[in-house]
Amino acid sequence: MKIAVCMKQVPDTEARLRVNEEGTWIVEDDLPFAINESDECALEEALTIAAATEGEVAVFSLGPARVGEALRKALALGADRAIHLSDDRFAGGDAPATARALSAAIRREDFDLVLTGSQSDDMGFGVTASLVAAHLDLPHAWLVMGIDIEDDATSVRVVREMESGKNEIFRVRLPALLEVQAGINHPRYASLKGIMQAKRKPIERVAVEDIGLDPSEVGAAGARLELLSVQFPESGEGAQILEGDASSVAAELVEKLRREARVL
Amino acid sequence: MAGDVWVVLQQRDGRIHPMSLEAVTAARRLADTLEVSLQAALPGSGLDEVAAEAACTGVDSVHVLDSPSLAEYTPGAYSQALSDCLSAMDPSFVVFAHTYQWIDCMARVAHRLDAAILPEAVGFESGDDGLVFTRPILEGKMQSKVRLTQEGVTVLSVQSASFEATETGYEAVEIVAFEGDSDSWTPDRELLGVEDVAGDAVDLSAAERIVSVGRGIGGPDKLAVVEELAKELGAEIGASRPVIDNGWLPRDRQIGSSGQTVAPKLYVAVGISGAIQHLVGMKGASCIVAINKDAGAPIFTVSDYGIVGDLFEIVPAITAALRDSE
Repeated sequence: MKIAVCMKQVPDTEARLRVNEEGTWIVEDDLPFAINESDECALEEALTIAAATEGEVAVFSLGPARVGEALRKALALGADRAIHLSDDRFAGGDAPATARALSAAIRREDFDLVLTGSQSDDMGFGVTASLVAAHLDLPHAWLVMGIDIEDDATSVRVVREMESGKNEIFRVRLPALLEVQAGINHPRYASLKGIMQAKRKPIERVAVEDIGLDPSEVGAAGARLELLSVQFPESGEGAQILEGDASSVAAELVEKLRREARVL
Repeated sequence: MAGDVWVVLQQRDGRIHPMSLEAVTAARRLADTLEVSLQAALPGSGLDEVAAEAACTGVDSVHVLDSPSLAEYTPGAYSQALSDCLSAMDPSFVVFAHTYQWIDCMARVAHRLDAAILPEAVGFESGDDGLVFTRPILEGKMQSKVRLTQEGVTVLSVQSASFEATETGYEAVEIVAFEGDSDSWTPDRELLGVEDVAGDAVDLSAAERIVSVGRGIGGPDKLAVVEELAKELGAEIGASRPVIDNGWLPRDRQIGSSGQTVAPKLYVAVGISGAIQHLVGMKGASCIVAINKDAGAPIFTVSDYGIVGDLFEIVPAITAALRDSE
């Protein structure tokens, strides 16, 4: 099967975040970035399916120059080639603007399956890939926990997470777009051989005109949502932060749970 | 003059989904701010009873999209039906609860309406900049303020526990049947079944005390410190999603939107940063204690008591303090 994987590079989950002086975004200098967790799971799913079907995996990502590093990692993990939407005019898009760009890049070829994560760990819209599916007129599913390509490869059996610890199982026709949930698998690590091979694999760089779009349709120009400011949540509405060395805060906590909260 | 605000209701087990009742409150506040009416859309099949419930939620009218092709939820049929109904109505906002069903569906509705889309709002205010919405970013570690830059319809979803559920005792309003071309509402999934993955091995919802562990524990070999604390407290052990995904604890221990919802008297969150998906499953606890190395972790915003520091020092110290104080 020929599989497209969409992935995003996001600040590493463990990274310490700081707000910039204007309060409009976080400081990105020296910030460690990583492949978005659920996108890495989508890549793992793609590599497994491609191996079983003698298929091919092409990875798509939109973002600044640093994204090249994430794409190189995807190639080291086993993807065959990468497409980098690397034009400053793609930056600052909302979900529809980004979906417009990604779908235009994917549409240039016929894929049997498009896989991606269900949500980015930075903006967390959770709807971008479903919009890509709408543009490509593909059925989609969000929060996928299981993928079984059926024997005739015209349909796929999907397990989708529902609320309250239940999963829904259904069949969709192929081609389709599936948005996987982190936890569907445990992504592999890159081998030394993979890292060496990745250096020879192609990364195609794509600008707005290359995918037949107008600059007014993508990035900040094509967005209808404007990010005004970011801030840490106001902490401690009612939270008492206990301070001191471990044994004294522990003793204070036990005392408060007993006398103040009366839960012991 | 802005168009009406619409709220799309979800049903579960023949009732209005509790998060949809919160979405009604948010939508009502938006409608009042814009000085327009609030309409509800209710898709499904065999909706008489649930439509009657919807009619008493404080909306101005209920539009029922009732068709056998909507008997099971599929994004294909639902988005087609909803966009057929909504595109004829020229709404300003279409409000969904941020449920797993509606997140799956609302992008396709937005696409058909050529709408702006603003997922997971937790609040909004009206000021000099117009309407400014708050939504979590970076897994809930931070919040962002966003605004819409163009006129036109916006699809919006409302995160759980951001608005109070609406009352359900309002005088019943008119129920209108939407007569659309239901033959074109085509399901794009063939439903094969539903499986219960959490099982019923551990029912944490009845636990009086829970010690819950997150990614900060670092690995399954390090769980002993929380197990000892749980034993000393007579508490059940729970976990946030990353612990389950990594296989450090079984899935029936998961607390949060895709796991169990709990409301114990005492909830001790150890090494849990507090992603919103976790918070919605535990913030009903009477007393919440959080231990985390990151002072900015969102878990502290819902906690009664917080300790910032190394859990491997603090948790054993609490266990010891409990023993000493007996």
